[in-house]
Amino acid sequence: MEINTITISEARQGLISGKFRAADLVQACLEQIKKHDRRIFSFITVSDSEAREAAQEADKLISSADNRKRLFEEKPLLGIPIAVKDVLSTRDLRTTASSKILENYTPVFDATVVARMRSAGAVVVGKTNSDTFAFGASTENSGYGVTHNPWDLDRVAGGSSGGSAAAVAADEAIFSLGTDTGGSIRLPASFCGVVGLKLTYGRASRYGLLSMASSFDTPGPLTKTVADAREIYTLLAGEDLKDATSSSVKKTYTKKKSINQLKIGLPTEYFDVGLDSGVRKTVLKAVDFFKDHGATIKTISLPKTEYGVATYYVLVPSEISSNLGRYDGTRFGKTRDFFEGEAKRRIIIGTFSLSSGYYDAYYKKASQVRALIMDEFETAFRDVDLIMGPVCPTPPFRIGERVNDPLAMYLSDVYTVTVNLAGLPSISVPAGFSDGLPVGLQIIGPQWSEELILDTAEAYEAATDWHKKKPNL
Amino acid sequence: MNIKHLAKLANLELTEAEMVKFQDQLTAIMTYIDKLSKLDTSEVEPVSQVTGKVNTLRPDTVTPSLNQAEALKNAQRQHNGFFVTKIEWK
Repeated sequence: MEINTITISEARQGLISGKFRAADLVQACLEQIKKHDRRIFSFITVSDSEAREAAQEADKLISSADNRKRLFEEKPLLGIPIAVKDVLSTRDLRTTASSKILENYTPVFDATVVARMRSAGAVVVGKTNSDTFAFGASTENSGYGVTHNPWDLDRVAGGSSGGSAAAVAADEAIFSLGTDTGGSIRLPASFCGVVGLKLTYGRASRYGLLSMASSFDTPGPLTKTVADAREIYTLLAGEDLKDATSSSVKKTYTKKKSINQLKIGLPTEYFDVGLDSGVRKTVLKAVDFFKDHGATIKTISLPKTEYGVATYYVLVPSEISSNLGRYDGTRFGKTRDFFEGEAKRRIIIGTFSLSSGYYDAYYKKASQVRALIMDEFETAFRDVDLIMGPVCPTPPFRIGERVNDPLAMYLSDVYTVTVNLAGLPSISVPAGFSDGLPVGLQIIGPQWSEELILDTAEAYEAATDWHKKKPNL
Repeated sequence: MNIKHLAKLANLELTEAEMVKFQDQLTAIMTYIDKLSKLDTSEVEPVSQVTGKVNTLRPDTVTPSLNQAEALKNAQRQHNGFFVTKIEWK
């Protein structure tokens, strides 16, 4: 078995036992990238020499350690290859936000989430492609090219963290970091058949993330297994004084619940006429696992779901228009004419929503609807422990199918955006295939309930072998 | 939606082709967004902070920051340790 196909846990075991070295792991990933990435395009920048050097350093530490187990307790990701979405700053490694405006930008610092991965010993093999500044659901809005779905190269990998998802699905890295503002970890994870975890807003620091929407952006992991996602979540979570919105909440779910104690809500709005029949079948079959193991499945209603996309596409472009004001070509980057079309579109929508005479009807109104959406989830979670449903109304669509219809593209987010509006945690876990294309099950919980979500997802994963399947490259 | 006016507010230069394309696309988007007006929000407080955080402070102590070279590193133009910007004289 090629060692790039293994998980974080397996990698660590192999490194501790001496079965292979970090240099071998990194070499295997770099070879996979060389072999397949011309067709997939997960990576904008591959950091070949830096990764090899870091692997050598890791191997020195490992071979000279008195107690390897103790070394790996301090540095649990030592020598393990990670791919980082190109909206996250990496010190001395070009960071473009997948936009031509930052084609030559090299940060002088690491994003906190990157720093936490590095201090745990992870080796960055490269920066992954995404929609420009994370604006999109398909990675077709990148200034550098489209990321192809490893399961069907004519189809999208999803977005905006398409490169991060594809890199993990194609075993070009052992795990990756992405960001989720409106579904951008969950959707590509679903489309590429990997695990994607969106944390509670504020769990992971946004310092060093090239901001899209400051009250929505959430960095998080894309991994091959739920256990790997849990591990990265644990390392990322925690207050950062450099991010005033990061949370010091340490508590997680107070009561551990086994499957037969769970009350799971299925919103009728997530299973309506717009949902593809293959996705519906796959997701409902996944939900059956929980029913068969004693969970109570309740039909619930979240009537504000239909307002989610509209609310999101007022608030997020408004925050975008403010955040992208910094790109004036003075301290960094090129001039504003280098923004991609989707960036210009969102800046204009945001400027409009915030402008005099329109602010009340758009920005203020959407902020009020946001409160209603938060309340609706809060009420639902008094009745159920978790909410389940699909991630996207359709399986991965063909490249070029939606990119010229922004509104159609925005509607891909219907099941994901309300989660970001409410700041909730949510996971996409592989739930099978529809016509050969991956389909993820979304599990949403109240704020701070990552542990419950992970436990629940892990139970499902243990009973299935979707996570063992690999695309035919 | 006056795209020309908004582009000016946002300091964006759009081509004629972009203006035409965006006019159609953005009109469709804003028409969709108008569904929000159907909801009664008269008694609702707007929300922008979803986890209830208020006024995060940290100790007012000096810690290492960027040196001048680092700060200037990504500037397209610099002069004697300064960022160079455009000036419009009116």
